[in-house]
Amino acid sequence: MTTATTSATRTTIEVEGAQVSVLRGGSGPPLLFLHGSDAFGDWQPFMDELAGRFEVIVPDHPGFGRSSTPPWLDTIGDLAHFYRAFIETLGLRDVVLAGHSLGGWIGCELALRDTRDLHALVLVDSAGLPLTVDGVDTFMCSPDEIRAASYADAKRAPVLDEESLANQAKNALMTARVGWRPRFYDPQLAKWLHRLRVPTLVVWGETDAIFPPQQAAVFAAAIGGAQTLMIPGAGHLPHVEQPRAFAAGVLAFIDGVRK
Amino acid sequence: MKYIAFHLMPYADLDLSYTDTYDSAWVTLPNSYYDPVKGHALYNRYIDELEYADQLGFDGVGVNEHHQNAYGLMPTPGVIAGALARRTKGTIAVLGRALPLVNNPLVIAEEFSMIDNITGGRLIAGFVRGIGAEYHSWNMNPAFSHERFGEAHDLIVRAWTETGPFHWRSKHYDFRYVNTWPRPYQQPHPPIWIPSQGSRETIVWAAAAERKYTYLQTYSPVSAVKRFLDLYREEAQKAGYTAAPEQLGWMTPVFVGETDASAREEAKPHIEAFANKFLRMKSEMTRPPGYLSLASAKAVLEAKAGRGAVHTVDSLMESGQFICGSAATVRDRLAEYERTLGLGNFLALLQFGTLPHEATMRNIERFAKDVIPQLRARQPMVPA
Repeated sequence: MTTATTSATRTTIEVEGAQVSVLRGGSGPPLLFLHGSDAFGDWQPFMDELAGRFEVIVPDHPGFGRSSTPPWLDTIGDLAHFYRAFIETLGLRDVVLAGHSLGGWIGCELALRDTRDLHALVLVDSAGLPLTVDGVDTFMCSPDEIRAASYADAKRAPVLDEESLANQAKNALMTARVGWRPRFYDPQLAKWLHRLRVPTLVVWGETDAIFPPQQAAVFAAAIGGAQTLMIPGAGHLPHVEQPRAFAAGVLAFIDGVRK
Repeated sequence: MKYIAFHLMPYADLDLSYTDTYDSAWVTLPNSYYDPVKGHALYNRYIDELEYADQLGFDGVGVNEHHQNAYGLMPTPGVIAGALARRTKGTIAVLGRALPLVNNPLVIAEEFSMIDNITGGRLIAGFVRGIGAEYHSWNMNPAFSHERFGEAHDLIVRAWTETGPFHWRSKHYDFRYVNTWPRPYQQPHPPIWIPSQGSRETIVWAAAAERKYTYLQTYSPVSAVKRFLDLYREEAQKAGYTAAPEQLGWMTPVFVGETDASAREEAKPHIEAFANKFLRMKSEMTRPPGYLSLASAKAVLEAKAGRGAVHTVDSLMESGQFICGSAATVRDRLAEYERTLGLGNFLALLQFGTLPHEATMRNIERFAKDVIPQLRARQPMVPA
């Protein structure tokens, strides 16, 4: 694990009636990172790698981690609308919107609704489209089995702090609520994803056992014009498992967009 | 106390060595393990067993709903209830239909009304959420289970009690014309029973003054049964009334033998198959996320502690999950439970796991002749 050099702060803000815990660090244009089914406990090495160029903003989704559970939260669409309000409340402009897994799905739904404040979209082992090859059914897995399935090398899995462990049941419940059926996709998205009008990078861990890597091509084909980055030595969490390669790929993509 | 002969209708011919290859008899056990020729014989055998219990003087017979497993072969319990309707005289308790699993709860209103009409009002209508594994098998979202259960219940009761057609709108259901034919035979509607493994929300809901539904604790250690039935009584007090024993029930396997020793010996392989083979499930299968509230999950986990462990006939008898012995012993245990638990309904699972037909028939006969009449003849007990 690299040593964190950025000082990050965690604050709670209210958006659409939800108390949302937000981790922020670095400086530059905003990079909003939407987590997958588990919220991050602490500042992560990949965030540090990006913090030299961006202000990295990492909220716990409503209903996940340290954030409260608002009564309106039923679907990924609700979270997409919520993040439009979040971007507006924080006054963010030219946002690089990155989303992992469930967060990538939220990113797609948001970008289909409104690209005014978006600079680019980065989808990391994203949910949202039906799998062409079934992966491990995480709803049938114990926490240890999920850990084993998530990493190319399970030894890279960070030790979870007590708060993260306590949040696991809460995160699992909300993941089921928004993603159980249809299983981690929205049929509407497959019909309309070609309407995305924002530069998009599709990142995938080469050995993802949960959303198998064939899915990268499915997203790239659906979006059209999207770039693809396969990250070797990474499973479902390439940003956690290979933070340098992940950040380098994202920065190179953003440089290309800027030109 | 009322006595109901309950049946799960398991695939008793299951090759028990399946555990060498598969980790559960639910959801993922290939249905190549099911032989329809044997299944044909089993269904008819089981219906015979319930008809025999009815003839021998049980207050009723009970069936339930399970999906995609070897544990219980009644995905549509109304089929069995229909088959039982013409040749039984007592109550038919369908315990119950899993409301959140279906997309149109009115099919349950209709099915129950049909049984109630055919039997002239002998139906007890059970409403359940279905067990966790069924949310995997039917891919129904467990995180909406409570919401859908509440809405479906309200819709069914309104369909039974209010003149149609009316327009139903709720979060999960919208029906422009609700106008159920047939209407139920019993007015305003059949008695509603709520079987559960001990979900706090379910108990609080069932005990509410506007419902007062009979709560049925399914197969659990006696200590847990006591805790959940006490919770029901406490909730009733909070709601301003005292819960009657008729509002409380318990379902558990029973075996009545010649002597304590012979009963234990005879039941041993079959009850151990029931607990270790037919009920074999990992906790993620039993409790998918959202199926229980975060608070309730903790309580149920404690109640079912050790369910993943290997059970023996002795451990099951020790915890009270299995009542087994001579008729005198079974009578004593039931009299004690009736007193300490304040039970008004006892549902005896008289066939379990691999228990063969002849042994099941003897079990039914002994329970009907050597347990029920003697217990009925006593003075009514005052709950402790």
